[in-house]
Amino acid sequence: MNIYIRSSATISAQKTFGDVPFLTDPVEYEGMRLKTIEPDYKNYIDPKLMRRMSHVIKMGVATAQECLNQASVDMPGAIITGTAFGCMEDTVTFLTRIVELDEEMLPPTAFIQSTHNTVAAQIALMLKCHQYNNTFVHKGISFESALLDGIMLLKEGEADNILVGGTEEMVDVSFTVLTRLGLYKRWPLSNLDLFKTQSKGTIGGEGAAFFLLTDKPSADNLAELVAIKTFYRPKDDQDIQLNINKFLVANSLKAEDIDLVITGKNGDTKNDAVYDVLSDSLFANATLANYKHLCGEYPTSVSFALWIASNIIKKGVVPAIVADGEMKNQSLKKILIYNHYQNIYHSLMLVTAC
Amino acid sequence: MSSSVYVAGVGVITAIGNNVAENLASFEREQAGMAEITLINTKLHGIVPVAEVKMTNEELAALTSFSSQQSRTTLLSLIAAKEALNNAQIENLSNLRTGFVSANTVGGMDKSEDFFVEFTKDNSKGKLRNVFDHECGSMTEAVADQLGLTDYMTTISTACSSSANAISYGARLIKNDILDVVVAGGTDSLTKFTLNGFNTLMILDKEFCKPFDENREGLNLGEGAGYVVLVSDKVAKALNKKMYCELSGYNNSNDAYHQTASSPEGTGCYLAMSRALDKSGLVPGDIDYINLHGTGTPNNDSAEGTAIMRLFGENYPDMSSTKSFTGHTLGASGGIEAVFSALAIKHGLIYPNLRFKTPMHELPFVPAKHFLKDQPVKHVMSNSFGFGGNCTSLIFSAI
Repeated sequence: MNIYIRSSATISAQKTFGDVPFLTDPVEYEGMRLKTIEPDYKNYIDPKLMRRMSHVIKMGVATAQECLNQASVDMPGAIITGTAFGCMEDTVTFLTRIVELDEEMLPPTAFIQSTHNTVAAQIALMLKCHQYNNTFVHKGISFESALLDGIMLLKEGEADNILVGGTEEMVDVSFTVLTRLGLYKRWPLSNLDLFKTQSKGTIGGEGAAFFLLTDKPSADNLAELVAIKTFYRPKDDQDIQLNINKFLVANSLKAEDIDLVITGKNGDTKNDAVYDVLSDSLFANATLANYKHLCGEYPTSVSFALWIASNIIKKGVVPAIVADGEMKNQSLKKILIYNHYQNIYHSLMLVTAC
Repeated sequence: MSSSVYVAGVGVITAIGNNVAENLASFEREQAGMAEITLINTKLHGIVPVAEVKMTNEELAALTSFSSQQSRTTLLSLIAAKEALNNAQIENLSNLRTGFVSANTVGGMDKSEDFFVEFTKDNSKGKLRNVFDHECGSMTEAVADQLGLTDYMTTISTACSSSANAISYGARLIKNDILDVVVAGGTDSLTKFTLNGFNTLMILDKEFCKPFDENREGLNLGEGAGYVVLVSDKVAKALNKKMYCELSGYNNSNDAYHQTASSPEGTGCYLAMSRALDKSGLVPGDIDYINLHGTGTPNNDSAEGTAIMRLFGENYPDMSSTKSFTGHTLGASGGIEAVFSALAIKHGLIYPNLRFKTPMHELPFVPAKHFLKDQPVKHVMSNSFGFGGNCTSLIFSAI
């Protein structure tokens, strides 16, 4: 069975939402953290409901709706989301009040909306969708788990038009804590210069990206999602190469068949080492591209990479801002996304022309 | 793709016992696990009862290879998952494709709460080790590492239906020929966060809960973990032992009515139950026992009961809420109750619904009142419904 990406939508730190040019006008930020560009949510969400919604809920619900709009589909056959941190804004609100108010006068809404499945639930509620509804919360492969669930549902013949999304919000508390844990750069820099200097740490990010999956071929489909694979704590660079090779062989491909490799480079010297090794070996002949200077690093950022990949295939163009080095071939039919999160969770996605 | 998935092993830890044998003994004694709060420093102490696992973190850690600094949620998870894996007695595990699919609702919140006390006063304070494992996935990762189940792992969080969804996802990984063996279920420990959260919703009973009773007043929170070992056809055949049962049906449907409340007619519950039956190829009359979601809140039990009435018509199977023993263990409940369902089939058990006195006026049936042994229990339905309208039913069948 072939799995197609019928439509996609994303809210990111770039101008990516709605009917806009494809990353032709990159937005530059100075700092260690990228925040999303907010659309006019009124066009997607009832203002009465919106008042109580946290940032991640608004982002998730609006992106999901826009993804459905792009495909002119009213009702998905399933709703599946991935998020490592869930609804941080409401979680932090409730936790802080427990401490500050000593367990008195607590706001029920913050608790109610703190559960990790709130985004998927609110989409179902908005659409009155009684179908399959699931939420994956596994660190750097939350989105990949959701995607695999969607692929399996199609293969089982259980549903069609499966809405799969990755959502993550970065609140001030998360940024403070993750900075203390050493994830980010210690001084402000331009996101567009992220790969120019080698140093420790990356820049934080957030975003939402949704995809509508189907097994029905159509000229309107964006791309084919041929395969996805995750692996855990590889022993060394060689083990990583082995895993990538196995993945390619399983899909009857050789490294030189890949037209474009989108990597998860994030500006942190240690994080990027493996990508540099690969660009001189396995992918020496492929055109390379990066994306985290546009959206920042977060556990479901690979969903933004998948949005880029599907659009590159549909539009037949690699935006200059994502290209890394020279274009080594004109064909843009086979794209490999290789990302890892803190060298613990690694994932591969193969996206091709339909 | 169409191969069956079997339960080869089970493991559980709850307020009524630290392993399968102790849980079964408490059922037979009809002894509930609720008591006053002892392990959490909260203003709700003395106001609401809870169903705590009767061991401190130090005592739990002593049963594992972990330090007592781990989240209690991780400690509970490892104990139950390890029991399940040992119980399955799969010898050549390293030659098989194995995975761990676990669920929880608030990750390492018990530790994050400690962190936040200092952090709220001064953002440069608070021990980082207490917040490092805040994510739900951290619990799964730590336990998968210990058990060597790392070919594939993931975590599901759909509120109170979390671990029921982990079990069906695990089964589908086997059916799709991605894995051969999956340990699936869930874990949650009591936290100040969830205790206060449910308290603000005013759905905590100040007495021991009374599921499916006309005079029910809410739920009691509990904690624990429960896992089943799911195996493929091929693995089941190679194992020289009888399987507990087959996971014959499952369904995940959404109520799409309200973020926390169930629809009065129980639309989501009805869809989950009836579609799970369709999946298993069974009809309502085939079900011998329903392990109810049965939280004891007026809203849940009314919606679930109404959906059961609509689906089962006039012939009602035995049913009970084992939450009357274990309290509502949230993200762990689907896993714990899957273990109880498998045990009901293996040993022919019907569990009692403790403290039931007055039938609900809108329902024509009442739950089981006493522990029964040697019953013909072939097909068991296990319900798990959660916030966000997430409704899941699992069906386990004797082989």
